[in-house]
Amino acid sequence: MIPWSRLLSNDLPRSRILAVFLIALMLALIVGPFGFTGAKSLSICVKILIFAVLAASFDLLLGYTGIVSFAHTVFFGIGAYGVSIAIVHMGANWSAVAIGTLAALLLSVVLAFLIGLFSLRVKAIFFSMITLALASAAQTLAVQLSSVTGGEDGIIFRLPPVLMPSFRLFDERVFGIFVDGRVIAYYLILVAVALMLLAILRIVNSPFGRVLLAIRDNEFRAEAIGYPVVRFRIISSVIAAVFACLCGALLSIWLRYAGPDAALSFEIMLDILIIVIIGGVGTIYGAVVGSAVFLFAQGYLQEWLKLAGAKLAGIPLLEQLLSPDRWMLWLGVFFILGVYYLPSGLVGMLRGTVAATAPIQSRQRRRLAFADRLLGRNK
Amino acid sequence: MSPLLSLNGVHTHIGLYHILQGVDLEVESNKVTLLLGRNGAGKTTTLRTIMGLWKASGGTITFRENSIAQRSTSEISRLGIAYVPENMGIFPDLTVKENMLLAARGAAKVKDIDQARLEWIFSLFPAVHRFWNKPAGKLSGGQKQMVAVARAIVEPRDLLLIDEPSKGLAPAIINNMADALMQLKAKGVSILLVEQNLNFARRLGDNVAILDGGKIVHASPSDEWFAREDLQQAHLGLTL
Amino acid sequence: MKINQADLIPILIVPALMLIGFLAIGSLSTWLTLTIAGLAMGMIIYTIASGLTVVFGLMDVLNFGHGVFITLGAYLAVSIFAGMHGFLLSPDILRNLLAIGAAIALAVVGTAIAGAIFERLLVKPVYGDHLMQILVTMGGLIVGEELIKVVWGVEQVNVPIPAFLKGVFAYGDFAVEKFRVYAFAVGLIAFLGQMYVFSQTKTGLLIRASVHDREMVEALGYGVRRLFVGTFIAGCALAGLGGVMWGMYQQTLVPQIGSQMTVLIFIVVIIGGLGSTWGALLGSILVGIVANYAGFLAPTFALFSNIAIMTAVLLWRPQGLYGAAAR
Repeated sequence: MIPWSRLLSNDLPRSRILAVFLIALMLALIVGPFGFTGAKSLSICVKILIFAVLAASFDLLLGYTGIVSFAHTVFFGIGAYGVSIAIVHMGANWSAVAIGTLAALLLSVVLAFLIGLFSLRVKAIFFSMITLALASAAQTLAVQLSSVTGGEDGIIFRLPPVLMPSFRLFDERVFGIFVDGRVIAYYLILVAVALMLLAILRIVNSPFGRVLLAIRDNEFRAEAIGYPVVRFRIISSVIAAVFACLCGALLSIWLRYAGPDAALSFEIMLDILIIVIIGGVGTIYGAVVGSAVFLFAQGYLQEWLKLAGAKLAGIPLLEQLLSPDRWMLWLGVFFILGVYYLPSGLVGMLRGTVAATAPIQSRQRRRLAFADRLLGRNK
Repeated sequence: MSPLLSLNGVHTHIGLYHILQGVDLEVESNKVTLLLGRNGAGKTTTLRTIMGLWKASGGTITFRENSIAQRSTSEISRLGIAYVPENMGIFPDLTVKENMLLAARGAAKVKDIDQARLEWIFSLFPAVHRFWNKPAGKLSGGQKQMVAVARAIVEPRDLLLIDEPSKGLAPAIINNMADALMQLKAKGVSILLVEQNLNFARRLGDNVAILDGGKIVHASPSDEWFAREDLQQAHLGLTL
Repeated sequence: MKINQADLIPILIVPALMLIGFLAIGSLSTWLTLTIAGLAMGMIIYTIASGLTVVFGLMDVLNFGHGVFITLGAYLAVSIFAGMHGFLLSPDILRNLLAIGAAIALAVVGTAIAGAIFERLLVKPVYGDHLMQILVTMGGLIVGEELIKVVWGVEQVNVPIPAFLKGVFAYGDFAVEKFRVYAFAVGLIAFLGQMYVFSQTKTGLLIRASVHDREMVEALGYGVRRLFVGTFIAGCALAGLGGVMWGMYQQTLVPQIGSQMTVLIFIVVIIGGLGSTWGALLGSILVGIVANYAGFLAPTFALFSNIAIMTAVLLWRPQGLYGAAAR
């Protein structure tokens, strides 16, 4: 019998539909390579896994600490490039992977710490805009340092033999497929993601996490009571950065590639935002649900548009609007609708709770929420 | 004669707090009505509710036969009610002149303001004239208070809502303020005045209404109330 | 919006920078060319950035979608140019002016209308909530950009310059592109126009007062909501005007031109201080001049010059050069 409560740090789904969905998702992802044969389906599964943690770590920042940072992708990129650069220089072996990841983590921690310190000096809105500029600068930097990063084209690299597609664990097929390096890489990522998600749940449900929520609800009060707000914020930023970095490493391992578009683009940031908003801010489960829903939709949206476009061929403007190239348009529309009509996200809707970020937060509600947080009375 | 302003059973909630719990108040034309009460009784809330800055959750507010409880603040103001809030509401980056011009809705430029009226305001509040081109934020508390009241009367208004005009003022300035308000009263302006300073209030008041526990517990001509120490003790916990 | 008279130090940065640039560049004619290019670029950026900063200062609304109006303005202008091609190339200066006038008119009106729709649909429901504003306006940017692609296509478009703006003013061995001078003039007019409105008109008075105390302005009898909408629309129209100029400055146009500028505009507004027109002007000029100097002296650094300036300014004044301390 798995002690679910303890495993999930007492942060249960709290909604039957949600729990069913999560279990189904988990089973689907575990079955993964054996169940879905197409390369596209498998890569969507991997993306769902990685973005679940990436979005969850962003939710830690946004939903639990109240920080809007567009620099999250920078740490993702550092992780991706860290592994790839190490392998390029040290050969495709496990020590390269380890050293690359560690170096990336170190850089991420230092950078997150500096950014966190910087956020002291400026107001929240300023801070968000600055992180946007930083992310853009990072992308430019990656392209500029082409000798190290491969510039626009990025870095293609090999992995340790065990993880390469040519490797076979068994000669015979297992459940219809060959257990090759790719499958092994998949399960490596699956296990890593599972561990990271549980860790994040642990963190947000610990006393540390509760103080974060208190700070988010009423910073002034928290400071007045005696919590060193700045210290908590910086620690939270560093933790989030660490997870983002690890996600980047995992992605580059899967793709055997690291490049500015794959690891640092603004599209990734948008995806993260959409996932967290659709899923539900401040819930962690929202990141998982949002990741699955969004990436699945994104993966197949273009095909659906193509189908719809074919039906309506001939009508000039409509044809353009439904062109599969214009999938971002519909994504944007759904995003806006999601922000308005699902302010608590899917998870919030399923749980029936009021959003932590509901547009009009009365001072009174905030005060009550603040007290609740500190006393550990959840939502 | 029907009152200029009347509140009937007005309730106001702020968040979860039920501040006004059925206020019945009448303000007569051409008279000064005092709104007194303990700290936190809801006097400022009453003024803000009349002004539409906080929406009443129940009851009616009638101004000259118009129901104003559900109207927007700017509409209510345009009906002829001027408001001098507790914090004076001065725009510190604007000069005194600009503050006054803003309050003169009918004027696009300063010269459009009724000059005779302006002269009268200068005589009431010399500071307004002296600091005409200075940023209003540079004035002292008392001078700002004068500007705040001057702004409310730069154009004729039917009703003035004034919230603690004597607060934080030096005694000499308080006299100036009292004189000014007495001149206003002599001109027949209707005023609803919230005050904590009873001496100041006594000089000006025609009627008095006491707010306690979110309701009006006493309303009478002010002479009657100021003569009764027992009432003062009961309503405010102190006597004059 | 008014500068504290004692606070002239930031303004002095500009001449100081120009001096340093001159010393580093050496040649007078090169320096002049770069400086004028920088000023022209700066004024175009200012036109766009001023709208964003005023909207934030007044309405406390951060429009992450400001860039879409730049793009829209540019494309509307290009449509006019395409239709009035003959007028553009004609040696008759009057015809040129007609074409460019029509282009600017359409750009400004078009972006104003788009701005009104944008405000009503996206901004109005989220007053007071910065996070929602960021999300919703970003969504608006994406949708807007895609709609522009639907109407005008995704291909790069060439932006023609009217005949009278082609060529250079030559003085001795130094030449400055005519277009740059006119871009500077347009930006200057935009700036002077704003200064006039803020200091000499009642509307400007209302804006300055509402920045400080919205409630009191309402209590004085003015509908602040109308003021907000008007200001927002004006901000979008300014972005549209800036878009026309930027399109002509770059001479090519892609649908992403607006969102590409977003980061730059944000940096300028941060440097200047959220809500300050003067700050936006200073920030724009700084960014424009440094970009051009650095482009000549150290091209690789030029890409990061904006961030460098921003970091330097924030370390000195965390609120920006003229950031309002109150907010």
